[in-house]
Amino acid sequence: MMRKVLVFLALIGFAFALLPLAYRAGVADEPNALATAYLERAPAELATANVVTAIVVSYRGFDTLGEVAVLFAATAGVGALLTKKRLGSAGARAPRKEATEVLGTAARLLTSLLALFGVYIFTHGHLTPGGGFQGGVVIATAVLLNILARPQSHLAHGLMTAVESLSGAAYVALGLLGAFLAWGFLDPRALPLGELGKLVSAGAIPLIYSVVGLKVGAELSGILEALKGDRE
Amino acid sequence: MWTDVAIIIAGLVMLAAGIGAIVAKSLLVSIILAGGVSLVASLVFLLIGAPDVAMTEAAIGSGLTTVVFLYALARSKQADKEDSDESAEHPDAEKAGAP
Repeated sequence: MMRKVLVFLALIGFAFALLPLAYRAGVADEPNALATAYLERAPAELATANVVTAIVVSYRGFDTLGEVAVLFAATAGVGALLTKKRLGSAGARAPRKEATEVLGTAARLLTSLLALFGVYIFTHGHLTPGGGFQGGVVIATAVLLNILARPQSHLAHGLMTAVESLSGAAYVALGLLGAFLAWGFLDPRALPLGELGKLVSAGAIPLIYSVVGLKVGAELSGILEALKGDRE
Repeated sequence: MWTDVAIIIAGLVMLAAGIGAIVAKSLLVSIILAGGVSLVASLVFLLIGAPDVAMTEAAIGSGLTTVVFLYALARSKQADKEDSDESAEHPDAEKAGAP
């Protein structure tokens, strides 16, 4: 009882501490100085129609590289923990139920469409909302649908590892290209900028987001496959 | 104006779903309600004009996280069943330290 009262009091105190934030919440009428600078400079400097992508991939590109590294470490941890040896033979011994006809047919129909949509999201990251992370997750949902529809099948582990490590290396290589040919590490102006609003524009940004998309897709697919629990 | 009203309604729905996820007796219901919180949060992000964040929240928060939690729940239930089966078959196995 005493504990509940204390928790309740702590929650009320927390709410009061956050109250000043609530007054300032909402959509601002005018962007602040930093946002204005980004909105004015990004289309001119980098030829990106989607300013968010310009910030994520270029101005704050090093942070994105760190995010990708964190995701890689998380995937490696999950892969190391969830092996058949550690889990015991529980996953392998349990008879897996076959998927229903509806799920099987839907999986066959939707897999290519989902993969195409994922590729669309990350190749158009510099034009429309979305980018490598979102596109990678959409690709992972296509893999998930197949895991659900065919529980017995296995993901091509070697292919996933190859895609993941090659795209990671390509990300760093594109960053170094910026360091040698343009202003600095991860500067997308190493490649010609092209015209604002075209698919082939914004320098290296579409390429960087494509390799991020492939890497994230392969990593998340690996996590789902590891959670299935019957990996060698 | 209408955006503000929609955001307030979405906030109340999120609050209700969050409390529901804590007090729900079944873990399955908790997982689905936690995914629902993320789904409504992505709607709020869309309303205040952040479609990039909304996509991430919808795909990772309400999609992938829910799936990972469901897999983890299924695996832990399987492990529980396995343990109780083994102790029923070999009551002294646990004492001897057998796997």
